[in-house]
Amino acid sequence: MKSLLACIVFCFCLSSYAQNIPTNTKETDTTEITHLSEVVVIGRHKLNNYKQEKALSSIDDYLEKSSKVSMIKRGNYAWEPTINNMTSERISVTIDGMQIFGACTDKMDPVTSYVDVSNLEKVTISSGQQGSQQANSIGGNINMQLPTPKYYNTGLKSSIDLGYETNGNYKSSGLDLEYSGNKLFLAFDGIYRDSDNYKAGNDQEINYSQFNKYNLSFLAGYKLSEKHSLEGQLIYDRATDVGYPALPMDVSLAEATIASITHKYQSDTTLIRKWESKLYLNTITHIMDDSQRPDVPIRMDMPGWSDTYGGFSKAEFTLGAHQLQASLNAHYNKSLAEMTMYPNDPNQNAMFMFTWPDVRTLYSGFFLKDSWRFKKQQRLEFGVRIGYHNNKIGNTTGLESLQIFYPNMSDSKSRLLKSFSINYVLKHKALTHNFGIGYGERAPSVSEGYGFFLFNSFDNYDYIGNPYLNNEKSFEASWTSGFSNGKLDVALDVSFFHIKDYIIGEIDPTLSAMTIGASGVRRYTALSHANMFNTALEATYKFSKTFSANAALGYNYGKGSGNKKLPLIAPLSYSAQLSYNTSKFSAALQLNAHGKQHEYSKAFGEDQTPDYAVLNLNLGNYMTVKANRLVLKYGVENIFDTLYSTYADWNNVPRPGRNFYANVSYIMF
Amino acid sequence: MKSKYIFLFIMSALFAACSSDNNDDDYTPTPNDVENLTLVSEISNDNHTIEIYTKTGMLYTGHNNISLRVKNNATNAYFSHVTFDSWMPVMQMTEMSHACPKTDISKIENTNALYGMQAVFQMTNPDASGWSFTFNYTINNEAYTAQNTVEIWQNDHQNVTTFMGSDGSKYILALIQPENPKIGINNMVVGLYTMESMMSFPKVANYSLTLDPRMPGMGNHSSPNNTALTYNTSTTLYNGDLSLTMTGYWKLNLKLLDSEGTILKGEDVTDTNEASSLYLEIEF
Repeated sequence: MKSLLACIVFCFCLSSYAQNIPTNTKETDTTEITHLSEVVVIGRHKLNNYKQEKALSSIDDYLEKSSKVSMIKRGNYAWEPTINNMTSERISVTIDGMQIFGACTDKMDPVTSYVDVSNLEKVTISSGQQGSQQANSIGGNINMQLPTPKYYNTGLKSSIDLGYETNGNYKSSGLDLEYSGNKLFLAFDGIYRDSDNYKAGNDQEINYSQFNKYNLSFLAGYKLSEKHSLEGQLIYDRATDVGYPALPMDVSLAEATIASITHKYQSDTTLIRKWESKLYLNTITHIMDDSQRPDVPIRMDMPGWSDTYGGFSKAEFTLGAHQLQASLNAHYNKSLAEMTMYPNDPNQNAMFMFTWPDVRTLYSGFFLKDSWRFKKQQRLEFGVRIGYHNNKIGNTTGLESLQIFYPNMSDSKSRLLKSFSINYVLKHKALTHNFGIGYGERAPSVSEGYGFFLFNSFDNYDYIGNPYLNNEKSFEASWTSGFSNGKLDVALDVSFFHIKDYIIGEIDPTLSAMTIGASGVRRYTALSHANMFNTALEATYKFSKTFSANAALGYNYGKGSGNKKLPLIAPLSYSAQLSYNTSKFSAALQLNAHGKQHEYSKAFGEDQTPDYAVLNLNLGNYMTVKANRLVLKYGVENIFDTLYSTYADWNNVPRPGRNFYANVSYIMF
Repeated sequence: MKSKYIFLFIMSALFAACSSDNNDDDYTPTPNDVENLTLVSEISNDNHTIEIYTKTGMLYTGHNNISLRVKNNATNAYFSHVTFDSWMPVMQMTEMSHACPKTDISKIENTNALYGMQAVFQMTNPDASGWSFTFNYTINNEAYTAQNTVEIWQNDHQNVTTFMGSDGSKYILALIQPENPKIGINNMVVGLYTMESMMSFPKVANYSLTLDPRMPGMGNHSSPNNTALTYNTSTTLYNGDLSLTMTGYWKLNLKLLDSEGTILKGEDVTDTNEASSLYLEIEF
């Protein structure tokens, strides 16, 4: 026992449920119907599933395929994921349960930009309070799961990927090495991406849309005994020369180091089935600059840093018909960002301010979930999370800056965050129903609480944080139903959120804008409430073993108190796909489309986005060469070179026009 | 600069060594009086040397805190009981001369032989010339005079301004605080003086000044929660809150109102009027 405790204290490793291990298959089957979570399988570890159109697609491309997720684009890199039309502040994004927070005050570095597909096994998207397993949030959770060491004694396996796309002269390459022994597992992967400016439809070049990045990942696992194992993971991600055509600034460096060690315990015979404990740290440096832009009202540098240290321990038990999951987690984050502006008069001093005043966030929380199968086809799920959340301003100048606006504010603020959810799951023949209700709270983000003159180029306002904001509270109801008979699959997903104290920036006419050319200043405050409604319908029909058709339809709605329209709510969207798949060849013709954006929020800088439809063709060949596998993927995106932008394109920057791509992957066993 | 300190240190050490047999009660063994101060200049007569100190070792246009001590040329000791009967800073111009707003000289608390005063130099020549100080003082019932020129340098920023009010009086307005501006809410203190004659500049009581700080380099960005500067009867200066949202160059636009609320000088900053004609400057 002592050694076990010691292991927990000293070790960290990588989690993710070992669904690949045959003994667990049964359990996997039952959990999948009970989870609202949507699983997007990505990563080359699953490459032989032939699931993806492009072996080297970015995470962003993969996430966008989920009906729950849409991506806000400020350029061709580092898109911001939203779940249920809720952006970064309202959702949590974790890497294997590890908390990590972007270092950019302008959301140019969503957490998803610091990992790459090569790092990941899969991404789990949980809607609403289903995501409270990882953190307190309103909209849901995206958990990016890293691969799990497998002690299969299969020896060395390696693969090489190369990709090229004509639009933007986009080159990508990846290398993957994996050694699996009886007790030892080692893996390395690296990926490199480099793109010039892309061209939108009609050959229109989008300036400042280039990017360059590489990502390295090391994973080591050691099996101490049948039940115990230790894992260590290190990810280093570095992006340079990233352009943001929708913003007035670019990024010269976005760098992250993500490290963890994990201890895992697994047993089918004891009360505790699984026990995983992890210690982690990650550190992010993000440097915004405008040195590539010829015309700016004033030159400036805006670096930001975000460091997070944390750990968790979670266990799964089985007690009769009850499956229990409990976890304790804690993290400590330091967010600091500053701005230096260089006056056009060179004799004047540089102008400096803290835009994030070294905000220290300490969080510790407890999560418990009971999945109670009270009848053979029915189960009830209860989930509860209680968290203690404290913000403290570590920088005196930063505190005094904010005291200009809030003379009596103190440097510290504590909150208690509560969340619970109940789900009822019924499986009846080909039908599955899931009804859920939930309640969740979230603390304001660092920008919402403590931001200092953060310019939002979307609505052209400077934003000032508000340390006195109440917790945002969400009441949600969800309903999903699925029908599946082997030929026809139909799924309906409906969710409704009533959010109290909905945090949003309101114009304060008494304040003077800082950014040259800004329309004014908005101060974060709260609407008394907001309602959001999301629904998606998806159907797949298999004509034969090789030929299938798929269609999806989505509708969303969002309004705040006082009949205020909320920004960034997706208009009617639809997609269709015809697929042909054999073991040697695949082909898919895709249609992606949005209707005209009827409901848009003028007050928050939105204008009406016209409808659009684009057509893609994806092809794939699969060959065996001397017991190794060769996978070739190629195709055309936006076949008709349509010039369009979506509601989620910051400042209506058009999306890429026609693009020919080819990927080749060679997997050596 | 360093050699001066070393010199002072050696001198005082020497005197400390022979202090036991020195009965002169004007003798002051401590060098700590001028810790954190730097010598600006010395004004001597046959008997004494008056050492003038400031924090920076320089005198600038605007408001200055000045310290001084009187050395016995015979013994190199400093007098702890000096009565300054008067002092007069005078600027000699081609056709006339004038003085400036100033306080009397008084002993600085918790020091042995250090005296202090404040002065607002409203102008100077580009080569720092033009000003002289005259000190009339008494030691052991004997009156002395010392006089010499001092260098006063032009401040880079307008921290003092001389203007004619709409009431026909000439005023001098000087920035006293913040000495070291910070991002945040600063306590702002200004002194307001009227020019009664070329040699007399009494303080003005019970007026007020509106405050509107702006950054001309940032599209005339302003800051919230500034307050008007109001008269403080105990300090006889004007106090208010000055919010500075970032470092850099700030123009503090002001409007001077008399006790009846009549505007004597200055205008509101608007979209068409970038700055008030009455302003002070800060850069940090």
